[in-house]
Amino acid sequence: MAGMITAHLSPEGSARPRHIDESPLARRLLIGLALLFLALVVFIPLVSIFIEAFRKGLALYGAAITEPYALSALRLTLLTAAIAVPLNTLFGLAAAWAITKFRFRGKNVLITLIDLPFAVSPIISGLIFVLLFGAQGFFGPWLDERGIQIIFALPGIVLATVFVTFPFVARELIPLMQSQGSQEEEAAATLGASGWQMFRRVTLPNIKWGLFYGMILCNARATGEFGAVSVVSGHIRGQTNTLPLHIEILYNEYQFSASFAVASLLVLLALVTLLAKSAVEWRTSRAMAATQQPDPLAREGGANHAH
Amino acid sequence: MKSSNRVRLFVVLVTLSLMLAVAACGSGSNGNSSSSGNTGGAPDNDGVEAAGSNTGAQNEEVADTKEPKPPVQLLNVSYDPTRELYAEFNVAFAKHWKEETGQEVTIDQSHGGSGSQGRSVIDGIKADVVTLALGYDIEAIADAGIIDKGWQEEFERNSAPYTSTIVFLVRDGNPKNIQDWDDLIKEDVEVITPNPKTSGGARWNYLAAWGYALKQNGNDEEKAKEFVGKLFQNVPVLDSGARGSTTTFVEREIGDVLLAWENEALLSLEEFGEGKFEIVTPSVSILAEPPVAIVDKSVESRGTREVAEAYLEYLYSEEGQDIAGRNFYRPTLPEVAEKYKDQYQDIEMFEINRDFGGWVKAQEKHFNDGGIFDQIYVPGA
Repeated sequence: MAGMITAHLSPEGSARPRHIDESPLARRLLIGLALLFLALVVFIPLVSIFIEAFRKGLALYGAAITEPYALSALRLTLLTAAIAVPLNTLFGLAAAWAITKFRFRGKNVLITLIDLPFAVSPIISGLIFVLLFGAQGFFGPWLDERGIQIIFALPGIVLATVFVTFPFVARELIPLMQSQGSQEEEAAATLGASGWQMFRRVTLPNIKWGLFYGMILCNARATGEFGAVSVVSGHIRGQTNTLPLHIEILYNEYQFSASFAVASLLVLLALVTLLAKSAVEWRTSRAMAATQQPDPLAREGGANHAH
Repeated sequence: MKSSNRVRLFVVLVTLSLMLAVAACGSGSNGNSSSSGNTGGAPDNDGVEAAGSNTGAQNEEVADTKEPKPPVQLLNVSYDPTRELYAEFNVAFAKHWKEETGQEVTIDQSHGGSGSQGRSVIDGIKADVVTLALGYDIEAIADAGIIDKGWQEEFERNSAPYTSTIVFLVRDGNPKNIQDWDDLIKEDVEVITPNPKTSGGARWNYLAAWGYALKQNGNDEEKAKEFVGKLFQNVPVLDSGARGSTTTFVEREIGDVLLAWENEALLSLEEFGEGKFEIVTPSVSILAEPPVAIVDKSVESRGTREVAEAYLEYLYSEEGQDIAGRNFYRPTLPEVAEKYKDQYQDIEMFEINRDFGGWVKAQEKHFNDGGIFDQIYVPGA
């Protein structure tokens, strides 16, 4: 679902008992296949981006990524992520909390709705907002009278991004919180903790790494989103162009090297995100190994949040 | 144990806060422009909220100075292949306007398929001027009440400062020996054209083919339908805009012939050098008149009418025409047209008003839902 894989770093977690292990040949074959496939579909294309980016030399590369339109696209992309990620963190926390701690009617509907952005095509995610806030849309005339611009401006881009990325945090937290159950909170309550104390002292420490992980995934998608943002952006250079849109524009203007230079910038952003993700995973597995939880289920919930 | 935990937590937090800091920088310097320019908020106190530009520095200037002519920003919503034209023209106009009035003007550009760009303006993008591929797309904006009716009389020559036509771009040596429209319906020929539903260039392509077929078959519409039907059966990809089609043909190397704007074809020759592609001029083509218009509703609310009008007027000036010629459009000013005449082949051309009864009629007959294009084009067929 999330499109990213969680590595299990603790050594004793990855080794399998000898009696169910495959023959060395099969093992090598499988590892070889996986590496080959990875090289073909991930590594080579990524490297080719950088090769293409530097084809016309460092000077052109520098010019392409410091050009005002590229910088403003970078700013817009980071700004959008800086708004979308905190919003979705709050929403994800609230939704996961509601779903795992309370019983209420329509819970399954809520769970399904959270998954909706994964299910619909990004172009629909964009068009929804055009239908709502476009000049001919439901709220269009009302907004127009008040001089408020939603689509073809920052608010529309942020809305579309929030819509597309809102499942990440919630999806990460729900299984985690479910597996943890509510015993610890109940214990805290019997000791007289208030709701806020309970959240801050018990729940948050238990879920923080899952939460970070969800935020990182959310951030990765928010900086890379193309389809939905493309629909609501209006493609105004220097104003409503995000990095992915800017790459397409450069490509269409025969500026191939420049477009790959900007693409490499986006790849670097993704790499920073991946580094943060690895750091979180490393921290999680260490924490797991250190606490040496006797209950294997809790362990599953903590470390295995890849889908 | 506890302290090493803290260290790790610290490392992770530093990484995350670095990311956030970068993001916050972005928001810091962009915050101003987004609150004034992008949201279009508070048009009450300054008609120049348009001046919310990309740089924080310029913004402060706007806020601090009380000069009568603060910097102004225009948005030109245009069609696909005009990117290079307006990149050059905008610089020239800004210089001209500064000399003329002392006012700074920056022009933002948005490009895409002509039909979809028109749709964006209808959906609320605050363009000051539109420079689209054909009259109908502007007419549609006028129908939505955003541009005043009668826009086509506002500027000279039906508001079309430059013209172009449709030619064929083929691969070097013309391996499929494509000479005229007839050759496009041969079974082994793959034709690249954008989608007439979204692209203006594609509608010119289609009408040129239609005109040719009518002419060949003594005005028999059924035969013409069959002809364009066969032609579109040879189209493997319909991109939404002309530039997308050019990239499909040139970069992705799909297809044997690209039906292209003459300016777009000449530009690809320039970009990729001779020896990779050739231009084939068909026996007959169509006079494409990409028109321009002021977006009345936007310029009224933003107070930019004067500069927007000057902007479009300047397209007709000698310098504007010269830039059009340099970018392979056909200038309409006779002196400048003379200068660039060797760039173009003489072609017999259909005219939209003379031969097809104007754009509104052509659009309804061919391209609206249920029109002839819908009847002849079966996706995936």
